[in-house]
Amino acid sequence: MNLKPEIIWGLILVIALGNFLLRFSFLYLFGRVEAPQWLTRLLRFVPAAVLSALVIPALVAPKNIIDISLGNERLIAGLAGMLAAWYSKNILATLAVGLTIFWILRLI
Amino acid sequence: MHAFHKDFLAGVREIIPILLGVIPFAMISGVSAVAVGLTGCQAMGMAAFVFAGASQFAIYQLLAINASPIVIVMTAWIINLRFIMYSASLAPYFQKLPTRTRSLLAYLITDQAYAVSINRFDKEETVNHQAYYLGTAVVMAAAWYFSSLVGIVLGSQIPASWGLDFAFPLTFMALMMPAIKDRPTAVAAIVGGSIAVISKPLPYNLGLILAAVTGILSGFAAETLQNQIHLRKIL
Repeated sequence: MNLKPEIIWGLILVIALGNFLLRFSFLYLFGRVEAPQWLTRLLRFVPAAVLSALVIPALVAPKNIIDISLGNERLIAGLAGMLAAWYSKNILATLAVGLTIFWILRLI
Repeated sequence: MHAFHKDFLAGVREIIPILLGVIPFAMISGVSAVAVGLTGCQAMGMAAFVFAGASQFAIYQLLAINASPIVIVMTAWIINLRFIMYSASLAPYFQKLPTRTRSLLAYLITDQAYAVSINRFDKEETVNHQAYYLGTAVVMAAAWYFSSLVGIVLGSQIPASWGLDFAFPLTFMALMMPAIKDRPTAVAAIVGGSIAVISKPLPYNLGLILAAVTGILSGFAAETLQNQIHLRKIL
């Protein structure tokens, strides 16, 4: 990380302000504006789309180049973690499986 | 006043089992914040002001790969768009309260406090909504701050050579799986993930924003298509 402390604090405050406005939105507006149906329908897809966009590149292209091979430890360990996540739906179990396999592969 | 007390405690009681998952999550987020190079004070600022786990993890991952600040802000906000949904769904229960009280309740919105409270509000009309919600949300916030602090203290003891940055994609995976509930949400995940890989060379990690937006729109389109096919079968 190469950001100055002022920038970090700026980030924290700007993101925090936005988060508060998102949380306050309809608690403030209720009675004046109704949430339109298309908006609630769109919002349903936010977690799946964003989280996948964060996960998949970190596994498939960890060094900015697409690398689908057995030599890509993050891909192999990530697939194992994905199986653990699917069956357990539990963060700790996913971390335990994924990190253990990642560490073993790096030792080999 | 007695009823307020009783319903507040009911909220506290029903959020406690959920803390079992929250406490380690907050601790890991504290460890991660320190691992990417934030000071203890900045890491605690994230926990208290940003106060949203998944987006905090995204911020740390993006800081670790030196993404541009604008992309970091946009990504964090997009992840938290779901709060609009929670806000809209809680609003009818709190409409009679003064604006200042509602702003406090708004700050305290989390996935967990929302889910537990709305579940109760749907079942039982007579509960004091403000009291019950505060019971869940205040305990949740206290657990979040305290466990984050523990993680921050522990985090400064863990060497970088452990490759703990790999904890980010693993954490998101565990959060993503429950979000894939049906075909349209699966479409959103597949399109979001694929576009993110293809558009990775774009500057400032803008590919992430592009991937999120196209993923959300694809899910929406898939759902619309599904509804139309379903409608045609009925008719």
